[in-house]
Amino acid sequence: MNPAARRWIFLVAAAAMLAFYVWGLAGLPAFGHYRGPYGYLVDHITIHQTHATGVVSAVNFFYRGFDTVGEEFILFIAAVGVATVLRALRDESENGGRGADESGSGRGAAPTSETVRTVALVYTGPVLVMGWFLTTHAQTDPSGGFQGGVVMATAIVLVYLGGEFLVFRRLSPVDVTETVESLGAGGFVMVGVGALATGASYLADVLPLGSPAGAVDASGTIALISFFVGVEVVAAFVLVVNELLEQTLVIRSRS
Amino acid sequence: MAWVVACGLYGIVTSRHLVHQIISLIVLQSSTYVLFLSIGFRIGGVAPYFSDIPRDTLTVDPVVQALALTDVVVEAAVTALLLAFAIQAYKRFGTVDPQELRQLRD
Repeated sequence: MNPAARRWIFLVAAAAMLAFYVWGLAGLPAFGHYRGPYGYLVDHITIHQTHATGVVSAVNFFYRGFDTVGEEFILFIAAVGVATVLRALRDESENGGRGADESGSGRGAAPTSETVRTVALVYTGPVLVMGWFLTTHAQTDPSGGFQGGVVMATAIVLVYLGGEFLVFRRLSPVDVTETVESLGAGGFVMVGVGALATGASYLADVLPLGSPAGAVDASGTIALISFFVGVEVVAAFVLVVNELLEQTLVIRSRS
Repeated sequence: MAWVVACGLYGIVTSRHLVHQIISLIVLQSSTYVLFLSIGFRIGGVAPYFSDIPRDTLTVDPVVQALALTDVVVEAAVTALLLAFAIQAYKRFGTVDPQELRQLRD
């Protein structure tokens, strides 16, 4: 099929789909007038039930906790998938980093400038603290393990920007990242199993809720799960970045 | 929303570069964030965090916000995996044009 024919088929199909799409949108409540019951309900019972004031985190890590386990494993499997797909093929050599092209000079790119290095190093610490704050404040603030994890992974990528790939690699060897990732994913599941052990249902909030509501140490399992999610997300993203960088800097085709 | 969907779909179908195609998929998926957030918005509502506001304040819907968060995470994971596939496709076939890839397979 030539591109022109494909484009015409697409345009016809897309026109039909868009008609249905717009029809569906027209059936939605007017903008700003959604009256679904769950939002109101969750707003009113969350603080009482979980002592968490961040309702979005409470929904993610408590009311929809089981869904979030699945979601976390999507991330886990994607990271493992990247590592698997990008493994060194038979006709490629991994030169162990001995002759790795630092700063990408082998690709004809300019070496990293001093400005980039300095800015990256200056930001590494604050970004790490920011990520830690986000990961540990899911229960009170607009944050949580997913966001905090990505920010902490950014700090580790800044080390690569500010320094050398080899330093980045020493900070995050693949087997260590994979173990940490598994610990994060497993920790979440074990919080749920722990609840089962006390006779409650899976992922029930069995820890003391703490008081007052809205304190950082309140909210029982929500804070704990958020922490485990953070660990998993850091490891997953560092693993992915590591594998992608390895493709550019270390692996060379033998031919 | 409909426009974002249309742009993304058009990009995917007519793409001549795998990375461009993946980015088109991201654009397509972004339309779901807009959909979620516009459904959950309530006029006069504030963010659903009660640390420093009275507990009976009107807020936007927290459930769709949690769903949007899920969406972002899945998108990041899928993008990483697709980019990995793009790298391997380039190594294997020496091209990143999806239309040439299709011809190679025949």
